[in-house]
Amino acid sequence: MPLLSLVIFSSFIVEYEVKVKHTVQLGKGSAYEYSIVSICITFALNSARMVSAILELLKKDLVSEFRFKISLNSIFLYVVATIFIVYLIFNQLEDLKSWVALYWIILVFASLNASMNSFRLESGRQFFYYYGLVKAAPLILSKLIFNSLLILVIAFLSFGLLSLLIGNPIENIALFLLILALGSIGLASILTLIAAIASKTSQNSSLTAILAFPILLPTLLISIKGSMLCGLGFGWEECQTYIYSLGLIYLIILALSLILFPYLWRS
Amino acid sequence: MRNWWKILAIILLVYTVVAGFLIEVPKQVILYESIRNLYFHVPMWFSMIFLFLLSVIYSIKNLSSGSIEEDNKAVELVNVGIIFGVLGTLTGSLWAKFTWGAWWTNDVKLNGSAITMLVYFAYIILRGSLEEEEKRARISAVYNIFAFVLLIVFIGILPRMTDSLHPGNGGNPGFNNYDLDNNMKMVFYPAVLAWILLGMWIYSLRLRMRRIKSKLIK
Repeated sequence: MPLLSLVIFSSFIVEYEVKVKHTVQLGKGSAYEYSIVSICITFALNSARMVSAILELLKKDLVSEFRFKISLNSIFLYVVATIFIVYLIFNQLEDLKSWVALYWIILVFASLNASMNSFRLESGRQFFYYYGLVKAAPLILSKLIFNSLLILVIAFLSFGLLSLLIGNPIENIALFLLILALGSIGLASILTLIAAIASKTSQNSSLTAILAFPILLPTLLISIKGSMLCGLGFGWEECQTYIYSLGLIYLIILALSLILFPYLWRS
Repeated sequence: MRNWWKILAIILLVYTVVAGFLIEVPKQVILYESIRNLYFHVPMWFSMIFLFLLSVIYSIKNLSSGSIEEDNKAVELVNVGIIFGVLGTLTGSLWAKFTWGAWWTNDVKLNGSAITMLVYFAYIILRGSLEEEEKRARISAVYNIFAFVLLIVFIGILPRMTDSLHPGNGGNPGFNNYDLDNNMKMVFYPAVLAWILLGMWIYSLRLRMRRIKSKLIK
């Protein structure tokens, strides 16, 4: 949350600068307008507006997902069915490497399926309606939060199911869950921007996979290496590099999404 | 003399090939004469990264101005960059066969280059699936920037986390420690410049072809 507010803050500073420049160019600004107090007031108003817009969009997404349960249910069924197939093949899996590999493969494909259609309602005919209503920044942030929540739920669900059915060779579970959370948030944020790109094209579903896989690899490889270490029972000392690099990648993705999404939205 | 750099490119390329095969090189076990591949394999990657970087710069320009011309430049730079990437992979594969004993090894840098190729093939596919010109320019520019930044992160972070057979990684001595002696430097640096200039030359030709094509269609 503090991270989010920082990003929102910086984006508003930039926006305000642009506005000030604009008014100066038009020649209708007065000295009072640029005082620090007014900046603070504008910022407070804007961020309140931003947060409320994000919450509204999030609510809209949640309500529409729960009303038309098809997509949510299909994702969960996908996860359950895959894990059941894995169970039928392995019954009990002791080998750590195979376990981690299976887990992340299941998670990647499930999250790909989950986020593939995240801009379904914003493309096509409804696009113009939304375009008139919402700005780019709250929209991408709400989508990011929504997808992150969804993929987090999928990640923990599949972790529980896998542990239940084929056993759990992970030694340091708490740290594994931390890496899991960071990794799945990273996956979700990459997939969100890629889904936004792919929603602008005609072949949405196949293109999402092609575009996303090469870009997902850094996040994925770091998470897999980190979770291997946790599985072997190593602690914070050994895993912190992986956790920091996951955090760094996440920050980069967040900044890039905020910068780049407005251009997608405009087209 | 608008085209002085093309003449320079020819001179440097001739110099690279002639001097690269004739000048004395340090004798190293395992490497032997294959060390001369340094003048061809490494500059390919330098040129590729250079071309992709330029392409990203044009993509940023395209986003801020929205002109198709910048998009033409970006895509042609990517096309030429892919050629250099393929050449770098081929020369590297040949070198790996002679020194490491396999055409392809599970090495970080090799995987990084494979992923780079995948990203830019995806870029080309993305462009193919969009028909409207301005939309294509903008959306592919967004993908280009996003992919390039994450690629740099990947290439920057990952090799530091694992071992590599390449010089300078995983306890192997780097070329610039003592292997790259003055004789080799005298060929290596001009070679890098020569291949980059050649890349720019191919790019400028392709760009002109693209302009003529689009004029003819109109």
